[in-house]
Amino acid sequence: MLERNLARRAPTVSPLVSESSVTVTPLDPQGRLAFRIKPAALAGRGTIDGFDLSGAINSRTSSEEGATMRTALRLGPDEWMLITAADEVDERCEAISAALTGVAHSLVDVSHRDVSFSVEGPGADSVVNSGCPIDLSMRAFPAGSATRTILGKAEIVLQRRAADSFTVTTWRSFAPYVQGFLVEATRG
Amino acid sequence: MLLIDCPYCGKRPEVEFHCGGEAHIARPEMPTAVEDADWGSFLYYRTNPKGLHAERWLHGHGCGRWFNALRDTVSDAFVATYEMGKPRPDRDEATASSPSNA
Ligand SMILES: [Zn+2]
Repeated sequence: MLERNLARRAPTVSPLVSESSVTVTPLDPQGRLAFRIKPAALAGRGTIDGFDLSGAINSRTSSEEGATMRTALRLGPDEWMLITAADEVDERCEAISAALTGVAHSLVDVSHRDVSFSVEGPGADSVVNSGCPIDLSMRAFPAGSATRTILGKAEIVLQRRAADSFTVTTWRSFAPYVQGFLVEATRG
Repeated sequence: MLLIDCPYCGKRPEVEFHCGGEAHIARPEMPTAVEDADWGSFLYYRTNPKGLHAERWLHGHGCGRWFNALRDTVSDAFVATYEMGKPRPDRDEATASSPSNA
């Protein structure tokens, strides 16, 4: 399953080169879980299996990078995208399910549904804003923000890691469009 | 660009939203017990006011949640947005929760 999906994904992200100060780079595969639970069912749990669920709506909480990385994007009142290392996703799934035995929730492995790009460098916000209509000023969308939104005609999940550092995640079939859109935008 | 104040996300651009028609229309508890004319009214007849209109909106390219909004159909201004299940803010609770569209 994994190998087949990776093979199918490979041609979607060709190494388009941007020659400006902003770089658009396809990221290595990550483990992604779509997690839904009512706040009442969380019953005060702020953390599940190391994922910090206490962040506000449209925010990002993250532990250290690398193999033990656990990032939680709160996309709505009862929806999170949990991100982990690609080879950790099965263990994380089992651990979260075990922690929520008997509690109504939904947990789906969507690792292969999405492709992520980093958009980095001075002016990265203008590049993202060329197709994304939300306010990306540091006041309205500070570092640590994450939300579902749109880029051009594609739906994306946008994370801001720092002032000039974004991660754009989109469905695999939209990836060539999103990548082309962003690279074109870097050419100003 | 028109900004819509999502009850969960705050002010966001209108292109992330989708309108779902008039709000506060209660489906009859027992459809089989409803006369044809009343059923037709429930399905197809809407108030279409000139002025304030309560509508359902979906923040689809955002938090994914439905909510209600009071929109002025003359100026296109969003006067208020509020969570599903809450009464229409410019009416008292008894009127807003009645199944009538008036
Ligand atoms: Zn929203």
